[in-house]
Amino acid sequence: MKSVTPVQALDSRATPASRNKPAALRRIVVLGATSGIALEVQKQSASRRCELLLVARSPERLAALQADLPIRGAPRVLIHSADLSAIAQHPGIVEFARRELPDFDTVLLAYGSMHNQKDAERSIDVLLEELQVDFVSAASILTLFAAELERRRTGCIAAITSVAGERGRRSNYVYGSAKGGLSLFLQGLRSRLYPAGVRVITIKPGPVRTPMTDRLPNAVNFASPQQVAHDIVRCLERRSPDVLYTPGIWRYVMAAVKMVPEPIFKRLPL
Amino acid sequence: MNSSTQAPSAAPEKHRQSPTALPKDPQASGNSERVLSWGRYPRVEHRHVYKPAWNDQVLGILQAAEPDSLLPFGLGRSYGDSCLNAGRDLLDCQRLNRILAFDESTGMVRCESGVSLSDILRVFVPKGWFLPVTPGTSFVTIGGAIANDVHGKNHHCAGTFGAHVQQIALYRSDKGSMFCSPRENSEMLHATIGGLGLTGVIAWADIQLKRVDGPWIDSESIPFHSLKAFLDLSLESNAGFEYTVAWLDCFAGSNLRGVFFRGNHAANYKKDFRPKGGPILPFELPSWVLNPLSVRAFNAAYYAVHVAKKRRAILPYQPFFYPLDSIRQWNLLYGREGFLQYQCVIPENNLAAFEELLDRAARSGMASFFVVLKQFGSAPPAGMLSFPRPGLTITLDFPKRGERTLALLRSLDDIVQKSRGALYPAKDARMSPVLFETSFPNWRGFLPYKDPKMSSSLWRRVTGLP
Repeated sequence: MKSVTPVQALDSRATPASRNKPAALRRIVVLGATSGIALEVQKQSASRRCELLLVARSPERLAALQADLPIRGAPRVLIHSADLSAIAQHPGIVEFARRELPDFDTVLLAYGSMHNQKDAERSIDVLLEELQVDFVSAASILTLFAAELERRRTGCIAAITSVAGERGRRSNYVYGSAKGGLSLFLQGLRSRLYPAGVRVITIKPGPVRTPMTDRLPNAVNFASPQQVAHDIVRCLERRSPDVLYTPGIWRYVMAAVKMVPEPIFKRLPL
Repeated sequence: MNSSTQAPSAAPEKHRQSPTALPKDPQASGNSERVLSWGRYPRVEHRHVYKPAWNDQVLGILQAAEPDSLLPFGLGRSYGDSCLNAGRDLLDCQRLNRILAFDESTGMVRCESGVSLSDILRVFVPKGWFLPVTPGTSFVTIGGAIANDVHGKNHHCAGTFGAHVQQIALYRSDKGSMFCSPRENSEMLHATIGGLGLTGVIAWADIQLKRVDGPWIDSESIPFHSLKAFLDLSLESNAGFEYTVAWLDCFAGSNLRGVFFRGNHAANYKKDFRPKGGPILPFELPSWVLNPLSVRAFNAAYYAVHVAKKRRAILPYQPFFYPLDSIRQWNLLYGREGFLQYQCVIPENNLAAFEELLDRAARSGMASFFVVLKQFGSAPPAGMLSFPRPGLTITLDFPKRGERTLALLRSLDDIVQKSRGALYPAKDARMSPVLFETSFPNWRGFLPYKDPKMSSSLWRRVTGLP
């Protein structure tokens, strides 16, 4: 049942410099496979006939995805239940990927946590947990996967951070600083892996309508996960930008936000 | 650590969610927000909208709810208040959208309640399978299609959607997770089909898809000029055509005119198929846009196009089944006040009543385009509160223009009432308890199957229950 995938078709259109590298997005490892954005990315890449290895905590939810995605076109869906916030479990995850999907070409980090900022201001436990999940654990697992891809001199690492990481705001700076830290980490990782031919993509979505943001006001006006996933899949397929803003308008919004001088910005109730 | 490299078996397997209660998951909760039905009338506030992303969160929400407080919600394509729960809570099922199993040899698909019909078509038409029954829009969920026991252009040969539901699993606040099939809990299955979401939340349903050769429909359009001519066409087409429906110009006055559409799945028609997206209506139009003149002009143009067009054509399935799906948010056309859709069925032996109803709607000058006519078949109802029954069904849109519109609809109600017809709850926002009683004389028999935690705006309005 082998057919030409869109990815294979794209190979011929790749730039000369990348022609000798296999195109990304044929075998994807998704870290945080049950998160709102990941669900849509998986659905869309299944219909593009990508093989998937899904990592998340709940075995029941993973089983539902393992049933769903092959029907939508994924030739193979592997699942691995693990707690990504527990760094001790990370070597096992990489080991599983190496064993079960040895020629994976893309790693997508899609998990995160956003508490109510007020809780993190009052409780150091909440604060540390948020930094642990959104930054420390992400840096840990990506370092392990980076070593693997660097050794193979191929592939792509993509991670979902946030436009909230561009500038610290009083209403959301804990989440913002963790995601901002992750963005900087990815920037350095990209430079480190460049000589090895491994792509690193920083994905910066604006607010998206997912379970994580349901409790925020104005959630109706947020971008849909479908649209954001569409941008992500397209970015992974093509060899376009290192930093993806989605929806695209956020690139310009954040450029403007970053230009506001600090003496003014600190007074804004954002 | 749990891991697996096994492909899931294609055969449907027993429901494996644990029936134990789960603590209320903050992830499954949502904001209170403005939720409107497709008619954008009535405008009501909800206390809370739960948005579970996984089936394992549903029971916890049900068990924590107060009595008569909750209603499952899909894509909100019901026109009136059957999908609303004013002042109380909704359980939005859109994220429960996994396809859990598919048997390629039989075409049986098991999906969660929030899977949309358009999703099913996108996945299964390329595999050679089609929906057994489809309403006039593909933007409804499986849960909504079952809860309203929707019908389509093939009612005369396939019955309603519920007739193709083989078995379901239901989450109930009182009984936990419940498996329903024709052999086990068959009455609960019967009540859930057409049960307006009041029997619980569907965890998954097994739907029997039908084999088709491809995405193409071999269709014909035939102009007609009287109700008699419509009936003759309908009777003549019932045997040879799987799909029949008619469009009617309500403004042509005594010289009634319409276009009869009929079609079958095209066999052995191989052509490249490229589905395309359509435009979107970005905002509410001012209410003066829809006036008798503009509607008259639209109807004349629509008629002229269909009379002039080739009588027979091979179309992709979308324009044949879902002409309006190509304009997203077409309901904004009716402006801020919204609109009311009126769909009734009148027994065929009472053609005079039908003509009177048509005449009254036309003379009011308020009816809009999209008047749809269909002769129902004689299939026994699949659900306890199913709407379709033998007779002629007509669907009219009325822009909401205050009390004037409501008075007109009440006068149409009188005709339906006298002719022992029925009104379709999925389209209704204002029918009286008396007309509900006439439409569904056995509704009290449904009460034992209603989930004690469930209620809806429509349910309270037509039954007077809390």
